[in-house]
Amino acid sequence: MSALIIRNGRVVDPASHVDRVADVLISDGKVAEVGSGLSAAGAETFDASGLVVSPGFIDMHVHLREPGFEHAENIESGSRAAAAGGFTSVCCMPNTKPVNDSAMVTSYIVERARRHAVVNVFPIGAITKGSAGEELSAIGAMKAAGAVAISDDGLPVMNARVMRRAMEFARSYGLPIIQHCEDLTLSAGGDMHEGAQSVRWGLRGIPAASEEVMVARDLILAQLTGARYHVAHISTRNAVAMVSYARAQGLPVTCEATPHHFALADADMPPYDSDYKMKPPLRSLCDRGAVVDGIVSGAVTAIATDHAPHPGSEKMQEFERCPFGIIGLETAIALALEELVHTGKITLVRMVELFTTGPESVVKIGRGSFAPGSPGDVTVFSPDLDWTYDVNQSCSRSRNTPFDGRKFRGGPVATIVNGQIVWSRP
Amino acid sequence: MHRGLLGIEEMERAEIERILARAKDFQPIQSQTVKKLDTLRGKMIVNLFYEASTRTRTSFEIAAKRLGADAVSITASGSSVTKGESLVDTLNTLAAMRPDAIVMRHAASGAPHFLSRHLETPIINAGDGTHEHPTQALLDARTILDRRGALEGLRVAIIGDIAHSRVARSNVHLLSKFGAEIVLCGPVSLLPPELADLAPGVRLTTDIRDAIKDADVVMMLRVQLERQHEAAFPASEYFRFYGLQLEHLELAKSDAIVMHPGPINRGRELSSEVADFQRSVILNQVENGIAVRMAVLERVIG
Repeated sequence: MSALIIRNGRVVDPASHVDRVADVLISDGKVAEVGSGLSAAGAETFDASGLVVSPGFIDMHVHLREPGFEHAENIESGSRAAAAGGFTSVCCMPNTKPVNDSAMVTSYIVERARRHAVVNVFPIGAITKGSAGEELSAIGAMKAAGAVAISDDGLPVMNARVMRRAMEFARSYGLPIIQHCEDLTLSAGGDMHEGAQSVRWGLRGIPAASEEVMVARDLILAQLTGARYHVAHISTRNAVAMVSYARAQGLPVTCEATPHHFALADADMPPYDSDYKMKPPLRSLCDRGAVVDGIVSGAVTAIATDHAPHPGSEKMQEFERCPFGIIGLETAIALALEELVHTGKITLVRMVELFTTGPESVVKIGRGSFAPGSPGDVTVFSPDLDWTYDVNQSCSRSRNTPFDGRKFRGGPVATIVNGQIVWSRP
Repeated sequence: MHRGLLGIEEMERAEIERILARAKDFQPIQSQTVKKLDTLRGKMIVNLFYEASTRTRTSFEIAAKRLGADAVSITASGSSVTKGESLVDTLNTLAAMRPDAIVMRHAASGAPHFLSRHLETPIINAGDGTHEHPTQALLDARTILDRRGALEGLRVAIIGDIAHSRVARSNVHLLSKFGAEIVLCGPVSLLPPELADLAPGVRLTTDIRDAIKDADVVMMLRVQLERQHEAAFPASEYFRFYGLQLEHLELAKSDAIVMHPGPINRGRELSSEVADFQRSVILNQVENGIAVRMAVLERVIG
């Protein structure tokens, strides 16, 4: 029998409506009790005085790059970056090589994670074979092998009929369907948000409409099929408004926002800096404001990083040749605190929801709460610790971030997975 | 300021004035029997062109030689690029040969800006994608100033594929810094509304007559079919609506001049009569190209 008591922290557990200073006792990898003055024979203790103690944070949108792109990241390094960012669970997107479009690949990821990952890893299966957008993949078999959602992330399902069928199957298997919303005929060849900056720099634009057109289509299909539908990395004003409308109509529709989309706009981008190149692109100030407003209003239900590692050599090219994506696991909590909580836009409790019950309600991995018997996953963070992000110390294999050298107030302090401390701030 | 020359946008007006004044000093040299100076003797300039170019590359080469520098020109298509070498590796290799400046043209917007962050050697932008072509704007300004006392208050119409034009962007930045009125004109799909925010004093119109009315300078752009990633306008009717014809010039000021960065497409963006029109200064632009590039090379290396 092993036990860990996290003492004297401010316990914030939105699922149980708890927000008070207390101890959390974890026995044999499960949450045993939340209370005052807890004790257990032979228990290890962690002093969390002055810190916030929450159910383990879930990042429902990461790219671990294994199998196939291990030069950028692998399951072990990605999981260490997750732990260093305060995440105890991550859901990994299927755009690996081979694409995770079969039970075999799903099982491979589950097995590799069981051996090498320091946090919980939940695969997301591809909607279509090879994410080519044409033929549905073996959705039920992937679910049986451990897939918690389906998505062709990075590549939208352009064919509406295929999307309709995918939603029908996803619904019948009880899986959510996650869409990277981008009408490729509108965004074709674009490298950054279409706006004043793209015109100034002579770069091809990705119009906000390319996202909005796809969200609109999918919401109609979600209504038609009754599927649980989730918009990945929402980034535009109209997209937030449409999701908000669909939710008000009672549709089982959710969406996530990334820290970079609520923290940055295209105007913040230095010219031709590929560490600011991602999809969807950094949008206008107005769109960024709408994403923040969506977080405040509840239209946005989760924060997810879209952690997308790329090796330096691929980001050291002409801007238009650089791949899309930035790493994000290690800066997510700090950015949420700085941009949302310290600014008074949302409460700390709401922030914890966006990292726990929000994603849990979509991927349903049975985590994100301190209910007795739950997995002993805990995120301990400080709301006011001063620290500086140094990407050269990152646990990720990649270095592509616009936040290198940024000074933060608040960030993760310790990460506990199934009762084991897997990371603590050095 | 960076030691190279990446774009007009980030240049100070005074800096531009110095280059234009120096270019004027170099103008008489172009018609002397002995055209060579020794200002840059012993210096080495590499012209690295990732896009086909005759006039700009030749112009830089002659400018370097007239200043006494050595110049090597590399047309990169078909060299190490096709062997898979990355841009930064190619430039590092060239930089290791210790040139005093690299003059670079590249099809990707921002390519020289990206390289200048990683390289000690000064880079002179000879055109990057659809972004800037700073020496073209400088030579255009020199050419206008040869005929007008000042740029301030001039009405300049720039007509054509504005969206994909680096010449237009550099000219807008330069003319705006000097207080000119700029009218950008082209088919709606090649005239994004955000162009109006590029610099102060810019107005957009899709009507060529509106653009030319009372203009002091009519600057025609090459129709860059190779930079169009889609059929953004029906090519068959381009000349009808956006081709410059003699009758249009009656709307402009009586002493208005016609400019074109070349190479011209007779019958596509301007009629043959306009190309040969007495107030067309296209060949003066070419001649000024050398004087202006001498001034730029001297400033960057000297």
